[in-house]
Amino acid sequence: MTEVTTKSAQQGKEPIRASEFDPKFKYELQKIHGAENILRCFQCGTCTSDCPIARFSDTYRPRTLIHMAQLGLKDRVLNSDTLWLCAACFTCTDRCPQDVEVAAVIRVFRNLAAEKGCIPQVFKDQAQSLIETGYAYMIPELRIKKRVSQGLPPLPKGNPETIRKVLRGVKFFDRIQQWGDQK
Amino acid sequence: MTNKYLIFLGCAIPYRVASFEISSRKILSKLGVELVEMPEFNCCGLPFDPVSHETMLILAAKNLAMAEQQGLNILTLCPGCAGTLKKVNKILKEDKKQREQINSHLKRVSLEFKGTVEVKHLLQLLREDVGIDKIKESVTRPLTELKVAEHNGCHILRPKKYIGFDDPEDPQTLKMLIEATGATCLDYIGETECCGAPSVGVSDKVALQLAREKLNHVKMVDAQALITICPFCHIMYDTNELRIEKTFNEVYGIPILHYPQLLGLAMGMTPEELAFGELRVNPQKITKQFDIKEQNKP
Ligand code: SF4
Ligand code: SF4
Repeated sequence: MTEVTTKSAQQGKEPIRASEFDPKFKYELQKIHGAENILRCFQCGTCTSDCPIARFSDTYRPRTLIHMAQLGLKDRVLNSDTLWLCAACFTCTDRCPQDVEVAAVIRVFRNLAAEKGCIPQVFKDQAQSLIETGYAYMIPELRIKKRVSQGLPPLPKGNPETIRKVLRGVKFFDRIQQWGDQK
Repeated sequence: MTNKYLIFLGCAIPYRVASFEISSRKILSKLGVELVEMPEFNCCGLPFDPVSHETMLILAAKNLAMAEQQGLNILTLCPGCAGTLKKVNKILKEDKKQREQINSHLKRVSLEFKGTVEVKHLLQLLREDVGIDKIKESVTRPLTELKVAEHNGCHILRPKKYIGFDDPEDPQTLKMLIEATGATCLDYIGETECCGAPSVGVSDKVALQLAREKLNHVKMVDAQALITICPFCHIMYDTNELRIEKTFNEVYGIPILHYPQLLGLAMGMTPEELAFGELRVNPQKITKQFDIKEQNKP
């Protein structure tokens, strides 16, 4: 964790160069489901002040991320490690006076970062489990057996084959398949 | 009103929180709610939303379409699953373009999202379908001596526009359900604050501080237990309480119970039947008085 904080803090301190601005970024965002209202943000700060993660993190600030995106600092937003700290508690979404759907905007940032290949390990593990079992976690055989003695009905079977079929053509999924093939 | 539901377990409960499933099934059977098992299942999609919204939409829609084939409404125990399935149900019902796009994926496995089923979380079912009065009637051993605190968690409440249940700023349902058992539900600071669980995989330091803050607030009002209704919140507090105590030099000893465990006790079930043995934080302070074996000890 310390590593994440330090790196991001340094990132933030680097002076911004004119070449970093991508004036089209905000319009691209506006077209993506969840981020339609990003331009409505008037920087009131409600999201950051009510964000439980911001309370304990030195670097995670939803308002700042939205401001940076409005300014067109695309790479800074998408490469920010702190992006992945959001707990998706939706407090910001409910309280934003401008109906920005802040948590959805953060999700859009993360999706774009993931498309560039920036995906934290937990998500890779869950994806692997999904295409192997249908469940997001590898449920140990022991647990499944224990259900009988606990008086629980058998676990519904996941159907990885149908999952692979329905997800074909989804960028993220094709990427996981590639990892699988590389293994 | 039909009291027959397709039960959607999700991934976290069978993976790590059997006590929640065991106690929920017990109380639901006592309340006359009939559960039908899903013939086939896949992850609700929520864990993949951060990396691929489209993956989440397709996975959720696939589950909804499978439930539609059964012609039954969905009951989930996990608020994460409930929130996701509800949200996707609403989005796809309202947005024809998205629905067609997602259906083009589902068609490959002969499924179609039509929008004919509803999704409810356990809490919503208890309040709306079973009703507080019926729950009160089911209580044979009122827990009048207990003072507890509640933790709703986020996904049962927010975002309001998709969930549309209870008041996210001042939720009442869980409190009412707790008081129906005869126990007192205490107010405390920051009741609707997030447990931090979703951030554990990225930074457990930040997440544990959130959980610590919550436990401090619960301790301040001398709650004898914290009552949860979410597998992730439960893991966050129950599994991590000892670790938080060690890391931050705190002392809690606050048992973390699933609401169905509390109700089950009030219905006259034993701690053993309600899988209290699976809890990490020793619940003996609570269970002593209900455990016949304990009482018979010299
Ligand atoms: S609460 Fe809404 S308007 Fe205020 S800073 Fe955050 S996103 Fe912008
Ligand atoms: S959803 Fe994320 S950004 Fe918004 S308040 Fe919660 S943790 Fe903060």
